[in-house]
Amino acid sequence: MVEKKSVITDFQETPPRTSEWNRVWKVFLQRKTAVFGLVILVLLVLVAIFAELLAPFDPVKGHLADSLKPPGAESTLKPGSHYWLGTDTQGMDTLSRLIFGTRTALLVSFVTAAVSALAGIMLGLLAGYLGGFVGALIMRVMDALMGFPMLLLALFMAAVLGSGIQNVMIALGVAMLPGYARVMNGLTLSLKENEYILAGKAIGATDARIMVRHILPNALAPMIVLITMQLGNLILAEAALSFLGIGIKPPTPAWGAMASNGYRYLVSYPMLSFAPSIAIMLVAFAFQLVGDSLRDALDPRLRGLL
Amino acid sequence: MGAFLIRRLLVALIIVFIVTIIIFLVIRLLPGDPLIIFLGQQGGQVTISEEQLELLREQYGLNDPLITQYGNWLWGILRGDLGTSIYYHEDVGKLMAERFPVTLHIGLVSLIGSNLLGIILGILAAVRRGKWIDYIVTTTAYIGVTIPQFFIAILLVYSVGLKLGWLPIAGYKPLSEGLWESTQTIIMPVICLGFLSLAGAARIMRSSMLEIMHQDYIRTAWSKGLSERAVIFKHALKNSLIPMVTLIGIGVGITFGGSVIVEQIFAVPGVGRLLVTSIFAQDYIVIQSGTLVIAIIIILTNVLVDISYGWLDPRIRYN
Repeated sequence: MVEKKSVITDFQETPPRTSEWNRVWKVFLQRKTAVFGLVILVLLVLVAIFAELLAPFDPVKGHLADSLKPPGAESTLKPGSHYWLGTDTQGMDTLSRLIFGTRTALLVSFVTAAVSALAGIMLGLLAGYLGGFVGALIMRVMDALMGFPMLLLALFMAAVLGSGIQNVMIALGVAMLPGYARVMNGLTLSLKENEYILAGKAIGATDARIMVRHILPNALAPMIVLITMQLGNLILAEAALSFLGIGIKPPTPAWGAMASNGYRYLVSYPMLSFAPSIAIMLVAFAFQLVGDSLRDALDPRLRGLL
Repeated sequence: MGAFLIRRLLVALIIVFIVTIIIFLVIRLLPGDPLIIFLGQQGGQVTISEEQLELLREQYGLNDPLITQYGNWLWGILRGDLGTSIYYHEDVGKLMAERFPVTLHIGLVSLIGSNLLGIILGILAAVRRGKWIDYIVTTTAYIGVTIPQFFIAILLVYSVGLKLGWLPIAGYKPLSEGLWESTQTIIMPVICLGFLSLAGAARIMRSSMLEIMHQDYIRTAWSKGLSERAVIFKHALKNSLIPMVTLIGIGVGITFGGSVIVEQIFAVPGVGRLLVTSIFAQDYIVIQSGTLVIAIIIILTNVLVDISYGWLDPRIRYN
């Protein structure tokens, strides 16, 4: 190749480039609700990480002499420490279970979202880019999965797989998969009509390269928004499964199961159901706030579409 | 339109076919024999000989090759035979037919009520943008999409049911037992089931209305000197309702999904409760046929949504 500098590279008077992420971050931080949601999430992540340090009691070991204590009661096991939110029938401290439940909830939602989004994006990308019989087949299977209500599909999968944290993640992951695939498929279909894709093909770029280097980055913004919004839905869905007794079972601290167990003692001990339900709502709320603001910051055109 | 209709129905048929394969395969991938799991559920008193087990297997066709089992199931469904429940010892079609009106009753009231209210609130919020009513509606909508359904139930049962004692906290009475008798039992389930749809409807309606209000023809309507009422109801409302059709389609899915939880909490004998009971009883025959029926309803709803979408908005081309 002959070295030939183009005119444009010589000419360096373009305005200083701020990175796209910097711009997004700036717009995002301008919104009070976004910062509020983000602060809640950061706090919850910290609670999940430092659960051992924060929880006053063992979350899975009950002390039967202290069963169904009202909030604020003193422990007979550890004199001087109090059950700030009371105890359940097993004498397990509600606050400690709530704190460790944060870990369960965040673990389930982050891992499930990551895996199902990755798989969904790949399937949607392949189906959209390749088209033809393979593409149609992938998308019809996704349509079929979407024929089930999300919760029903998760329920169905969880019923077959059995309870337990890992099976809940698989069930929820399968239930979330078609949503990602469908959005990614739509994005791919419209992105591949761009001229830079044609240009890429003309200079001999492989299909894999075009998909990963040219289509994927351009589809990233809406996908990130979708993932953030689905994180909140995942928390709600996991809680619903655990509430029905099909998801994560005691003694593993899970908010949904806690609310369900407390429901039987609603008259006398409302805190047993109220506390975990409020925790679930708080997380879902925070994810929703962050998701909405991210959508507006990343691309105002996405308003109403996601 | 005719060609589109046929094509859309054909695609729906293919999707239903894939749904049957998914359901069947997932159930058969159950680790172990469905019958053994079921018998194990019946407690320790099961003393069944190998011969009896073999007989039962033969009776339920579990010894046949997978493809034969699948074929038999599919052929049965085509003839309207959904199989016989292992747990209830009854025809699944009959079980579903008994419970379906209950789910439909609660689901329809909730779907219609939540969407109507959502539309009204959405219009109000859009028309009075930035005013207190807008804040109330947007906040309520936010809460609606982030509150767990069972928490609405817990709050209602605690306050209205237990503390005030105004409504029964569980059970269901059909309309035939008197309007008020019946309505009393469905108020709380309907609110739980509909709150999410209400929030969704209000959000979509608000943004759709705001978008329409910026259109040229609305400006023309204003400049003609039309009253606010005429502009909103005669001109803006019609077009801003189009996105609502999609939402109602989604709402059917949400309602069926939600009925699983709501019927369980309020002990309502509907399809959702039947499925949860069957899941605990490992009654795979009810699970596979019940899930299929719900999936078919939802797929058909989506076809209807697609068709009405094109009918309402001629700008949408089918290709």
